[in-house]
Order: sequence, then structure tokens, then C-alpha cells
Amino acid sequence: MAGRRAFSVKDLPGFATIAIACFLVLYAPIVTLVVYSFNAGDSVAIWQGFSWRWYESAWDNRQVQEAAIRSVAIASAASAISTVLATMAALGTTRRAPFRGQMVIYTLINQPLMVPEIVTAVALLIFFSMIKIATGYSGLAYLIVAHSAFCIPFAYLPIRARLEGMDLTLETAAADLYATPWQAFRRVTLPLMMPGVLAGAMLAFVISLDDVVITEFVKSAGQETLPTYMLGQLRRAVSPEVNAISTALLVPTVVLLTAFYLLNRRRS
Amino acid sequence: MSAPALALLLVGASGPLLIVAVYSFLSPAEYSGVVWELSGDGWFRVVFSRDIFDDTVKLADAHLTIFWRSAKLSLLTTLLTFAFGFPTAYFIATRPQSQRPLWLFLITIPFWTNLLIRTFAIMEVIRNEGILNSALLALGLIERPIQILYTDTAVMLGMVYVYLPLMVLPLYAAMERLDFRLVEAAYDLYATRRRVLTRVIVPLVKPGIVAGSILVFIPALGAYVTPRVLGGGKNMMLGNLIELQFGQGRHWPLGSALSITLLVIVMLALIVYVRNVSSESAER
Repeated sequence: MAGRRAFSVKDLPGFATIAIACFLVLYAPIVTLVVYSFNAGDSVAIWQGFSWRWYESAWDNRQVQEAAIRSVAIASAASAISTVLATMAALGTTRRAPFRGQMVIYTLINQPLMVPEIVTAVALLIFFSMIKIATGYSGLAYLIVAHSAFCIPFAYLPIRARLEGMDLTLETAAADLYATPWQAFRRVTLPLMMPGVLAGAMLAFVISLDDVVITEFVKSAGQETLPTYMLGQLRRAVSPEVNAISTALLVPTVVLLTAFYLLNRRRS
Repeated sequence: MSAPALALLLVGASGPLLIVAVYSFLSPAEYSGVVWELSGDGWFRVVFSRDIFDDTVKLADAHLTIFWRSAKLSLLTTLLTFAFGFPTAYFIATRPQSQRPLWLFLITIPFWTNLLIRTFAIMEVIRNEGILNSALLALGLIERPIQILYTDTAVMLGMVYVYLPLMVLPLYAAMERLDFRLVEAAYDLYATRRRVLTRVIVPLVKPGIVAGSILVFIPALGAYVTPRVLGGGKNMMLGNLIELQFGQGRHWPLGSALSITLLVIVMLALIVYVRNVSSESAER
């Protein structure tokens, strides 16, 4: 029996190999992209030594600066708006007996997850171009409204999950102790649901920051965000500057996910 | 309490879909937009084309080619993500309890990474001067770079790459609850590995298979960024054809009709999914 492993009911031959290969394939392109953002040369395939050159050139690029500021501004506004509205919606739809119209509300809230992005993008293009013609306004508000809308389900889901796991008796206790409904909400409910609200706000921020398709269709002239700027650049010859911008966009996602992972692990 | 959120969704997501439906029955304006005149031209052009000289009606071959490519690539992508995703999900689900969160974390990072960045990353790998061709050249396996970028294969590879986590996550969720005593019982009854896989494991995780397939198929069918970046303009999919009608093609009613078509297909897929899930839970 030497050298032969014990029979395990869970083993299926070849599965582990395929799985490890999948993990390698998932990460190899991303790692390559990050590595070549530090390339001293012009190529995205031939390594010519380490440098911060492309980060500096991206940092000094006016278009990139403006797009980055616009991206962060839109994501902050969309995240704030969608989180507040999603919190209210979550309070209105959980912790009560099923009611008529509940399915309609769920469907509406989750609708941005179901409808293909390109269809929503086209719909908003048509709708907002009507408003643009009627009012003459062509500011950032269109992008903020669009982003807030598709961020709602991403903010709503973690908040609802948090609320559903919460103990209703605590609020009853607060009311028994003569807390007004507002005090009970402010001192009991809100602090308890805060982790869900924060998770929702961060998800909404990342989702808004990453959006390409809807932004590409809704934006007016001169309203590039980082992703639409990158999409435009990809049509031309690619320089490692795009790698540098990609890496900069990757960092918040990876940091947030790692933080969530470590927090969860510590809790359990 | 839900009213403000619903109002925003009506303005910024659901309501405009109705306008698209209306627009699909209007006449195109000269430059862009529509003329408020009822017309079936938009829907007519989805599958037919009219010769500008002698008015003969033909099937719109260009559109049919794009529909066929969209369907083919989406199905192949779903099959391939399943072929790779199933073993991966099984691998994660059979790790010791304490290691599973780490493997799952490794799947969620690419899942949450910007789709454009991932598409760009795979583009760098498969381009003629990219890592893949450089490595094959260096190893002497090929004499000149293989043209992968800007082909259907590139679009498919790109979609498999970006949608793989969407397949793995629901499959894992189903497999995590798999009762391995049933697998053990099958082995005790002299089942071979193949039979255990096809007769015990696959039927038990079927809801996860359906969920993963729908989650991959729907965004693949409506894909816009991946075919645009990796297909290079020629190898369009439905999403790119829709965009064309609002850009250079300038036929808003046709673009609207195509959007509604895509929406209906997606809704049908979702209905199949919901039915499957509810009949599955009814059996228990």
C-alpha cells in the first residue's frame, strides 16, 4: 500500500488539477497587467526594468486627472444617495409580515441586476436626451441619477441581510424604556444595522466607480470617467499608462475585499 | 419607506424601458432620434432588409450573422465556464471547512475586479506581441504569432475568463450543502466514480448548475465591452449592433427593437430559471 493514498469519497480524479489551473488562469493576466505597469520600457510584453514612469505620466495627464476626479465625485454621490434610499427601502420591506406588493418592490429593486446593461444604457440615452432637449441642462446630474439607480440593489442586499439577522426585541425594549421612535431608531436600530449600511455603501461606491456601459451612453461631451477614458484609449496603441490606471483602480477593490475577508475571519 | 428608492428606480432604470418599447414603433429621424410617426420599420429591419434600388425584401444577413454569433458564443461560453467551473467549485467545496473562506476569497477578487480591466488584461495576454505568443515563440512551438485578438475565439476566451466566477459561486453554494453520505452510500453500492458523478452529485447540485448557467448566459448574450475590445469592431455581438444604431447606424427605432428583443430573451431565460427553482423547492 506504500505510496497509495487512502480512498476518499470526496476525491474525483483530475478535479483538483483543473481547479488549480483555473485559479492560475484567473490571476495570471491580472498579475501580468500589474507587473507591466511598472515597466521602464514602452512595451506591455518586454520587461525593461522597474520604474514609476507610467504612474507619473498618468498622474500628470490632465485628461486622466479630470476623469479620476469625475469618477470619484460621481461614485461618492451615487453611493450616498443609493445607500440612504436603500436603507429606507430595507427598513420598509423587512421585519414585518409579508404584504401585498412585496414582490413588485423586490422586482423593481433588483431590476438593474436582471436587465442587460446595454438595454438600460440605451433606455437612459433616449430618456435623458429628451430631457436635455427640453431643459437644455447637460450636467453631471444625469450620470449621478443613472449610477444611483443601478447601485440601489447593491446597497440594498447587504443592508437587508443585516436587518433580517437583527433581534427585534431590542427595539421593543427601547420602547418599553420610554424611548421615542426616533430615539429607538437613532440609538438602537441604526448602530446595529451600521455594518450592513457600510458594506452597502462601499459596494455601491465600487460598482459606480467601475461602470462602463451605462456611463458611456449617458455621458455628455467632455464627461469622461476613468473607465470610459480607458475604453477610448484601448482603440489606440496601448501604452503601459493604461496598465498603471488599471492598477490604481484595482487597489480600492482589493483593499476593500481583503478588509471584509479579514473582518469575517476574525469574527468566526 | 420604499417610495424614494422606487421613484429613483422608475426614473433611472424601469421607466425608460417603456420609452424604448414606444420608440421601437416610431420612424427614424434623418440625423438621429425619431419622428413621432407610427412605423413598423424598426421591427421590420431586425430580420429583413429592403433593397434601396428596387425595393425587394431580403433577409438581413448581417443581422442574422450577428444573432447567430451572439447565440453561439454565449452558449459556448456557458458550456466552457461550466466545464472549468464545476471542478473548481467542487474543489473549493471539498476543502476542509477552515480553508474554504480563503479559496472563496480568491474567486471573489476577480469577480469584483472591473470587467474592463479584466478584459484589458486578457487582451494583453493574447495579442500578437503578448505573453502567450511570446512564450510559444520562445519555446519554438510556433514560428510566427497566432492571430487570436480580433477573432470570435478572442471574444469567447475573454467571456469565459470574465464570467468564470459567475459560474463558480452558485455551483459552490449548491455543493457546499452536498451530503457526502449519499456519495459514500453510492460507492458502497459499487458505483464507479463516473456513475457517482453523473447519477448522484450532478442531480443533487442541479439548482446550482441552472443558476450558474443563467448567470453566465444572460450577461454573455448582452455583452458589449468584451466583444468591443476583443472583437475589434468586425466581430460584433448583439450589444454592439444595438450601440451602432444609436451611433453611426443612426436608426433609433431599429436599435430600440433590438433592445426589446434582447430584453425579452433575457426575461424568458429568467422565467425558466424561476420555474426550475420553484419546482425544485416544491419537490422537497
